[in-house]
Amino acid sequence: MTASPRLVLDTVCKQFEGPSGVLPVVSDVSLTVGEGEFISIIGPSGCGKTTILNMIAGLQRPTSGTLLVDGRPIAGPGADRGVIFQDYGVFPWLTVKDNIAFGLTLRANRIAKSDREQIANRYIELMGLTGFENAYPKTLSGGMKQRVALARAYAIKSSILLMDEPFGALDAQARSAMQNLLLEVLRSEGKTVVLVTHSVEEALYLSTRIVVVTARPARIRTIVDVPFEHPRHEELHRSQRFGELQYELREVVMREYAMQARLRGEDVRASGSPITHREERRA
Amino acid sequence: MTNDALAQVAVTRETPVRSRPGTVARKVWQLGLHAGLRALPWLIVLLLWYLLPATGLVNSALVPTPWQVLVKFYEQLTTNRLWLDMYMSLQRVTLGLACGIILAVPIGFLLGWYRPARMLFDPLVNFFRSLPPIALIPLVIVYFGIDELAKVVMLFYAAFFSGVIVMYEGIVQTNPLFIRVARTLGATDEEIFRRIIVPLALPHVLTALRVALGVSWATLVASELIAAQRGLGAVIQNASNYFQIDTIYAGIICIGLLALLMDRCLRVIAARLLQWQERIVP
Repeated sequence: MTASPRLVLDTVCKQFEGPSGVLPVVSDVSLTVGEGEFISIIGPSGCGKTTILNMIAGLQRPTSGTLLVDGRPIAGPGADRGVIFQDYGVFPWLTVKDNIAFGLTLRANRIAKSDREQIANRYIELMGLTGFENAYPKTLSGGMKQRVALARAYAIKSSILLMDEPFGALDAQARSAMQNLLLEVLRSEGKTVVLVTHSVEEALYLSTRIVVVTARPARIRTIVDVPFEHPRHEELHRSQRFGELQYELREVVMREYAMQARLRGEDVRASGSPITHREERRA
Repeated sequence: MTNDALAQVAVTRETPVRSRPGTVARKVWQLGLHAGLRALPWLIVLLLWYLLPATGLVNSALVPTPWQVLVKFYEQLTTNRLWLDMYMSLQRVTLGLACGIILAVPIGFLLGWYRPARMLFDPLVNFFRSLPPIALIPLVIVYFGIDELAKVVMLFYAAFFSGVIVMYEGIVQTNPLFIRVARTLGATDEEIFRRIIVPLALPHVLTALRVALGVSWATLVASELIAAQRGLGAVIQNASNYFQIDTIYAGIICIGLLALLMDRCLRVIAARLLQWQERIVP
C-alpha cells in the first residue's frame, strides 16, 4: 500500500428529503482506501450501502463531508471509476462485443479501432464469452450478462472498481466462478475495489478489509482486517480460520439486521441511529 | 481452476440452442403448414360470409356474396379507375402520417423527458387527443377549405395526437440505469443522447408510427367526406348515395387491405431494426 490513498471519504453524510421530513441515509462515514486494496462494505439491505457507493461513483452528491479520488474531490462520474451495477445494465441494443467496447468509443477514452477490437477480443476470451461476440444480451444467462458488464468496466482501464452486489442475482456455482474470475483479473491488472455485498462469505473471501455498516442511517460499525494472504483459492473456504471469522462477522452483521428490524417495527426515528459501540473504529 | 469452472458453466448452461437441420421435404411441409395457418382465418371469414344469407338472419339482397364484390372490385378497377382512388387515399394517409409523426416524435420525447413540460401540457394533449376528428370537420372546412390541404390536416391531427401519446408514454418508461452506466463509462450528455436515448426511443417511434397508421386510416373516410372527388372514402360515400352495396364492400375491403399491407411493411422494418428486443412473439 502506497502512502497516498486512492480514495478518501471524510465524514460523509447523505440525507434525503422525504414527504415525512429529512431522512438520514448515510451518517459520518470516514474511510481511507489505499492503492490495490479490496474493501467490502457489508450491512443490512436498504441501509445505505449503495448510496455510499453511488457517492464514490459521483452519481449522488453528499449532503456534507468530502470524497476524494487521488486527492481530488469527486465532481461527477468518470472513467477512472468503473461501476458494476446490481442489475448489470448491459445495453440490450448492442451485441456482446459492442457492449464491451462501448466505453472505448466514447470521447473520454477513445482509442484506435484496431486497439478497441483487440481489447474487446481479449476480454471476450478472458470472460469465456467466445462464440457470443455477436449475440444480443437477450440470449445470455445472468452470469454471462454479468461478465459482459465486468468486461465493459475493465475495458476502459479504470483503476478503481465499484461493485454493487454484482453477484447477488447469480446461482451459487456461477457466483463462485465469478468471484474467482474477479480475483484472477485483479491479480493481473491490480485495481482498487470497493464492493457492496450482504454476503459475509463473499466479503471474507475477496477483501483485504471489511467495513460493517449499521442499519439506516449507515455509519461505520467496525472495520475488520482480513488476515488471509493473496493469491487466494477456493480451499480458503475450508480453513478453520475462515470459518471462525465468518462466524464472528455474521454475529455482528446479524445484530445490525435485528436492529434494522426493530427500527422498522418502531417508526423510523429521524434523529439517527441510537447505537453507540465501544468497539467502533475509524480508519 | 477458474477457467475450468467457467468452461463448465459455459458448456452446461450456455450453449446456444440451434434448430436441427431438417430435410427439404420437412421444410416444404412446414412452409405449407405455415401458409395454411395464415390463410385459415380468412377462409373462415369467407365461409361465414357465404353462409350468412343462408341463415335467414339478414336479407340476402343487402349482403352481396364475396364473388359479387370481387367482380365489382375488378369492374371499378378497370372502368372507374379505382387504382386512382387507392393512390389518392394512400397519398393522403402517407402525407398526414409523415407530418404527424415527424412532429409527434420530438414533442412526445420532450413531454416524456421533462417533467415540467409533461405537467404543463399533459391535460392539453389529452383534451385534443380525445376529440374525434369527425367533430372537427366543419372547422377544418372553414379554415382550410375543401382542398387537399383540408384532408391532410385532418389526417395530420389524428396521426399527431395518437403518436405523441405513445411516444411520451414510452419515453417515461426509459430505464435510468442505462444512462447511469453510460455516465460512469465517461459519456457526455451529447453522447448519452445519441448512443443511449435514441436507440431506446426507437421502439417507441415505431410503435407510435403503427398506432398512428391505424388511426389515420380510420380518419381517412371522415376526411374524404369533405367533398372529395377521389379516394376510397369518396368511393364509399358515392356508392352509398346510389345504394351500391357491393361497391361499398369493395371500398371497405380495399381500405382494410391497404392498411394491413402498410402495417406489415412497418412490422418487417421494426423486426429488422429491433432484433435485439426481447419479445414473446419472435
